[in-house]
Formats: sequence, structure tokens, C-alpha cells
Amino acid sequence: MNNESIANILLTTILPGNFVLAMFLGMCPFLGVSQKLETAFPMGLATAFVIMVASVSAYFMNQLLVHFHLEFLSVITFITVIACTVQLVEMFVKKYFPVLFRQLGIYLPLIATNCAVLGVALFQTARQYNFTQSLAYSIGGGIGFTLALVLMAGLRERLQLANVPTMVQGAAISLILGGILSLSFMGFAGIGGGE
Amino acid sequence: MSTLISNFDEFMDGLWKQNPIFVMMLGMCPTLAVTVSAVNSISMGLATTFVLTASCLLISILRHIIPKEVRIASFIVIIATFVTVVDYSIQAISLELYDALGAYIKLIVANCILLGRAEAHAARMPPVPATLNAFGMGLGFTLGLLAIGGVREIFGAGKLFGIALFGPHFQPWVVMVLPPGGFFVLAGWLILFSGIRANKQRKIEAELALKGAKA
Repeated sequence: MNNESIANILLTTILPGNFVLAMFLGMCPFLGVSQKLETAFPMGLATAFVIMVASVSAYFMNQLLVHFHLEFLSVITFITVIACTVQLVEMFVKKYFPVLFRQLGIYLPLIATNCAVLGVALFQTARQYNFTQSLAYSIGGGIGFTLALVLMAGLRERLQLANVPTMVQGAAISLILGGILSLSFMGFAGIGGGE
Repeated sequence: MSTLISNFDEFMDGLWKQNPIFVMMLGMCPTLAVTVSAVNSISMGLATTFVLTASCLLISILRHIIPKEVRIASFIVIIATFVTVVDYSIQAISLELYDALGAYIKLIVANCILLGRAEAHAARMPPVPATLNAFGMGLGFTLGLLAIGGVREIFGAGKLFGIALFGPHFQPWVVMVLPPGGFFVLAGWLILFSGIRANKQRKIEAELALKGAKA
């Protein structure tokens, strides 16, 4: 059993152990949807919600699998649960926020293949977190993901006004920005006990 | 003969022209997370290649049987099965490697390359070209990982494949093996490639201009 405190887990996953910038989970939406602030924020929230639901379901699924000694099925069960959750969120957004649904486009169903979501399920199992710890881990992860996405979107909006050399335009400049962001997040190392 | 050539094209397409890392920017999570050393990169690349090839073969064989409505779910289950196989095999072969790669082996499931290939290619092609394309794609991915992992290991640890390169007085650039290093090295490769492409374009344009002047 792992007995990290709740506050410790929350703080660690938001800042020094940020899912995107320190653990490289969920890079696709990080590079893909972070063009505009107004889509980045809802995308972050949607992903945070999926992460939380997936984490809770994965926790109970894992209890069930361990009980029946079926641990080798964990990857298959987790990914199926996640795919169903994403389907749910997609239907919900489509019904109540049709404009947002069109803006997010292909990236909404792609939350299913977002490493961050599966990553939370796998890491919380690997670290043997109990229920409240898992919940804290997933909430912190979701907030951290949203934070990274929003920061990146803000930077990229500013970038449109800047004069970028043609050679580094596109993906390269986004990666350099990501690197600098990641570097600055490393300054938080040590807060909350660190990794 | 022509089928042989087109099959070879399928292979090269994945390996070079549509390289998943440098051209299509897919599968970024393992690309940046596990490439702290060349050995890790190669093992991750080969594991992904195996899953990609095996699942594309199976999906291609089953492409007329899987109903269209549930295809994504079926693809994911097939991919997850092979990932579990790889996960347990690596654990059996080398525990050290298993600890180094950690949960990222299981995260192959969520690698966009796999679902992307399954949906865009394997589900529409007969088994032979689908498998070859997947194999080329996997090798291209391995090559990309190695390019990043090699650079990060050389600068971050002063070694390549665990062999010291610079002698005892080398001061390692620790930042290279830390997360930001991954971003910077990948960005560096992308800038290099776009520089080469721009150079080639300029040469072609210069030649055309020369021809135009002669005519």
C-alpha cells in the first residue's frame, strides 16, 4: 500500500509531475487543440472529466480483476471502459453544446486514445493507490492537463503576432514552446515531495 | 512484378515518406517519454512494431467480418490483446527493461499510430500490403525513436548504447535526459528536416529559373 497524503498527490500531479509536461501523456491534444484559448479550455475540462470517471471505474474494475485473478485483462478492460466514457461525454456535448462539438471536431472522440486517460488508470494501479488517493490523482491530473493546455494555447495565440522564421514554423515552434514550458514547470520540483 | 513493386512502395511509404514521427507527428507520448537512451528507444520501437504488424494483419484478415458500426471498439480490443502479449513477454525476457519502460508498454494501446493505421489502411487493404505497410511504419517509428534517443543519450549521459564516448571529463547535459530535452531534440530534428526540404525546394526553383532563362 502506498500512503502518500491526498494534498501531496494533488500538488504533485498539478505542478512538478504534470501529466503533459513531465510525463508526456496526452501529447496529441496538447499539440493539436491548443491553437485557440476558447477551444483549449473546454477540451481540457472534457478530458479532465473523462480522466476522473475513467479513474473511478478503473479502480473498481481493478478490484474485480484482482479478486478473480484476471490482472492480465487490465489493459483490455480499462480501454473499453474509457471508450464507453468518451462515447457518453461525446453524446452529452453534442446534445447540450452543439457549437463546441463542432469546434472540437475529431479531437473529442480521440480522447479515447488519449494516453493521459489510460495513463491515470495504469499508474494508479501500479502505485497501488486506494480509492481516495486515486480520486485525488485523477483530479490533480485533470487540472494539470487543463492548465498545460490553456498555457500552451495562450502562448500560441501570442505567437500569431510574432515573426517566426519559416524554417521553424508549425510543429517545431510548438515543440520548442512545450520544452520551455516543461523547463519552467521543473522549477516546481520539490513541491509536495516531488516524484 | 508490379505487385512486388507496389508492395515495396507500401513498405517504404511507412518507413520514410510518411514517417510517423517526423512527418505525421503521431505517437508523441512514447516518442518523448521513453527516449532517454538508445536501448530503451529500440525496445519500445520494436514492441510497437510487433503490435502494429500483428494487429494490422489480423484486422486486415477480419475486415469483411467486423461490422462497420463497432469497428473502432473491435480494433481497440485486438490491439489491446497484442499489447498484453508484448507486455508479458518483455517482463519475461528482461525485468530491467520492463522497469525502465514501465507503464509506457501498456500505453502502446493508446498510441495514435495503431488506431490510425488500422482505420486508414488495414481495414481497407488485403493482408499482404497491409502487413508490409504496418511493418514499414513500425520500423519508421523505431528509426525516429532511435534518432531522438541516440541524441539524448549522447548529450545527456555522454554514452551511446551504454558505451562512454567522451572520456571522464565530459560534463553531461542533464537537461537532455529530463523531460524538456525530449521536446528540444524532436524540435531540432524537425527544424533540420524542414531546412533540408527548403534547400531542395530552392535548388529546384533555381534550376527551373535557369531553364526558363535559357529558353
